[in-house]
Amino acid sequence: MAEKRAVKNKAMNKKRAIKKKQTMDKKRAVDKKKATNKKSRQQDNLQKNNLVWMVGGEAGYGIMAAGLIFAKTFSRGNLNVFANNEYPSLIRGGHNTFTVRVSDKPIHSCISKIDLLVALNKETIELHKDELSENSAIIYDSSIKSINAKNINVNKGIRLCPVPLERFAQELGEKKIMMNSVAIGASLALVNYDFNIFASVIKDIFGEKGPRIVDTNLRAAKEGYNYVKKNHKEFGFELKPVRAAKKMVMTGNDAIALGAVNAGCKFISAYPMTPASAILHNLSAWAKDANLITVQPEDELAAINMAIGAGYAGVRSMTATSGGGFCLMVEGLGLAGISETPVVIVEGQRPGPSTGMPTRTEQGDLRFPIHASQGEFPRIILAPGDVEDCFYLTQEAFNLAERFQCPVILMADKYLMESYKTAEGFDLKKIKLNRGSIVSEKQLKPLKLKEFFPRYKFTPIGVSPRTLPGMKNGIFISTSEEHDEFGQVTDDPANRIRMMDKRMEKMEQAKRAVPRPVLYGTKKAKITILSWGSPKGSILEAIELLKKDGINTNFMQLTCLHPFPANEVAGIISSASQVIVVEQNKTSQLSSLIREHTGDEIRYRILKYDGKPFPVDYLYAQLKKVIK
Amino acid sequence: MINESKMKPEDYLSSVQPNWCPGCGNFGILGAAKLAFSQLELEHHQIVVVSGIGCGSKIPYWLRTYGFCGLHGRPLPVATGIKLSNPKLNVVVFAGDGDGYGEGGNHFIHSCRRNHNLTYIVHNNLVYGLTTGQHSPTSEKGFITKTSPFGATEEAFNPISMAISAGASFVARGFAGDPKHLAELIVKGIEHKGFAFIDVLQPCVTFNKINTFDWYSKRVYRLEEAGHNPANKKAAFERSLEWGDRIPIGIFYKEDKPVYDEQLPDAKIPLVEQKLEKVDIRMILERFY
Repeated sequence: MAEKRAVKNKAMNKKRAIKKKQTMDKKRAVDKKKATNKKSRQQDNLQKNNLVWMVGGEAGYGIMAAGLIFAKTFSRGNLNVFANNEYPSLIRGGHNTFTVRVSDKPIHSCISKIDLLVALNKETIELHKDELSENSAIIYDSSIKSINAKNINVNKGIRLCPVPLERFAQELGEKKIMMNSVAIGASLALVNYDFNIFASVIKDIFGEKGPRIVDTNLRAAKEGYNYVKKNHKEFGFELKPVRAAKKMVMTGNDAIALGAVNAGCKFISAYPMTPASAILHNLSAWAKDANLITVQPEDELAAINMAIGAGYAGVRSMTATSGGGFCLMVEGLGLAGISETPVVIVEGQRPGPSTGMPTRTEQGDLRFPIHASQGEFPRIILAPGDVEDCFYLTQEAFNLAERFQCPVILMADKYLMESYKTAEGFDLKKIKLNRGSIVSEKQLKPLKLKEFFPRYKFTPIGVSPRTLPGMKNGIFISTSEEHDEFGQVTDDPANRIRMMDKRMEKMEQAKRAVPRPVLYGTKKAKITILSWGSPKGSILEAIELLKKDGINTNFMQLTCLHPFPANEVAGIISSASQVIVVEQNKTSQLSSLIREHTGDEIRYRILKYDGKPFPVDYLYAQLKKVIK
Repeated sequence: MINESKMKPEDYLSSVQPNWCPGCGNFGILGAAKLAFSQLELEHHQIVVVSGIGCGSKIPYWLRTYGFCGLHGRPLPVATGIKLSNPKLNVVVFAGDGDGYGEGGNHFIHSCRRNHNLTYIVHNNLVYGLTTGQHSPTSEKGFITKTSPFGATEEAFNPISMAISAGASFVARGFAGDPKHLAELIVKGIEHKGFAFIDVLQPCVTFNKINTFDWYSKRVYRLEEAGHNPANKKAAFERSLEWGDRIPIGIFYKEDKPVYDEQLPDAKIPLVEQKLEKVDIRMILERFY
């Protein structure tokens, strides 16, 4: 009941707000009529529901939290949001940004321009002034006097909006951290957005911390909002709720964790490491609701071995790490391979080698999990490209791990895992639970076994029936050594050949069970783009831009890299006159895989390995350069 | 102390013959394990024996229970995953001194801290056997091997003091030459609620000609007969430092405290018994709107 009432109140608040807004709109319309020629010219160019907002400053000022609040404020107005962060590996100081792109059209990636910059320090202005778009604005603290027309390109119509951010924060008796709330209020006023929607986000996010925190944040934001309404009236951008529906907004890490829970994952052991830590954070926070156990062990060696132990015991289990942590898991990967234990491993890539650039993005590890560990054994490697893929492919990963009794690696990267994107509701029943060939105790009862159960029985499909410890009549040895059908160690050459063939047969079977590549655009196109992972978002937008230029391109996204979809890739390559590979590494590892599996040499490659993602505009420009 | 049981110790042996050296201390540990299992009347399918790699770690192959022979140094994390998934199982871990104190030293420390409900038995022969004779973390200083021809330069690792200081709730030492006494320790270890650690003095007849059956037999004495109180942590530390003419065996330290999974917020039903078809994430999804 209480919830219903709250919803009703919210709805009434919204109605009131809309009415208030309508009156304000009318008032502004009158103001506009009185405006000068120059002003009306600006009005013609008014950008509606299309904005890139960036907040920048030192670490420790709550920039990430402010960014998420800002993003949610618009997703609750049914607008689409894409938000990404950039930060160095430290806790205080350094330069941090959080960029939110808002649009009423579908958006999938970041873009390299800023329409509204919130600078919590002077450095932010210095670093980003050249990215400001025409008619953009900068909100900054009034105490920074050195910002003026001399160092800002006013020809582009950039507006300077000093706001006493720090003073308002201090007047509320709060530390500087409240500056970002003042700045959000100021931003909302500039883009003329409904303050009540923002208030609802604050209430939900800070509700647990108590009414005082909610109240202080709201008052801080209102100060900023009112100040801008009074002192800075004109701005070339406006954001309006589309209708009274709301969308989800989440990161790739959120979607992976949600996918894991929906797949019935009950155990995660993971050692914290950027960019994968949030998977463990999420699952730890939901442990009670989702009836699962999370362990933060001493290292990644323990993490994967615990997950393998849980998998052996019959529980859907996972671990999550980055390339560096995966290095430590390699011996465990082989153990899962030879003992035929299901386990899901998330490999969140960041620029290497070694510590590399810990908080930046790259796709330099593609070949690593394919070849990791000594010997040959089946493994499956999936690569989500966006939040939706993260949710569904994680569930596929758990099914495949149990169906083929092998490790499944989910390859993601920092940009995908930590960027926020709006998502429509998920289809919770889309991926059906498939636990493979687990034997029931009932099936075991009538068996007349000499002593051990043939857990590694030779079968035509390579998958053997699986018992779980605790099942009567099902005992067997699981081992890291070569073994016979019961798990007993043997070096017998004939057994070795049969056991290797049995295990590798699972890979042949998996070829028909793994997710297929996804084709975007027409079935046949003169130009084909091939890619995997997070560049998906920018590619989807870039092919739309190319279409407007009259260039028809299609895009094949590889969602499973191992086993490699050789037929589909060879097919699309032969049907296109120009094939371009897009990926975030130096040596174009996807191109090398394509050559390995199809014999085709990819001549056109758009590669990026500077630690930053592919913005849409950058990719579009690169594509225009190489397209013949 | 050992009563008549319906289950005979031999029932726990598999048909595969152990391939240890004749006279190896591991036979005493295997004998003690099967005796302990029969004393506790454990059913075969209720036991999971987990090991790493080494001579002693072959033990799951000779036992008629569920077994997991994992990686060198890593049996503890595997056992942790198994036990957290299915707390009804009796999970007994066997490792060696290279395995448990060298390669897996980190897992040992943190398993003591976490107090998982596991029994951890280390075959401690003060030398590397399966790799044909190199010094181990517990080799005495000056011990001559292929890799220490002028005598080992490192101090010997003290697993008993380490376990007590890291928070293990049951710390004991047995002797492979006294399997009945060792069986009693294993029974108490399995019955103990929490992380039960048993270091076992295990003579290696092939690569350790110093710390032999005779050498140990002359030195070991039983703590329970020496008036030691296992509830006294300070006294336990003092006893743990004894090594030389007199070597204590028995329970050094025992403490009742909550095990790891008892302290978790939920998962009251064993993970392995949860119905995956009934998972519902709609409540969690609400947070993302």
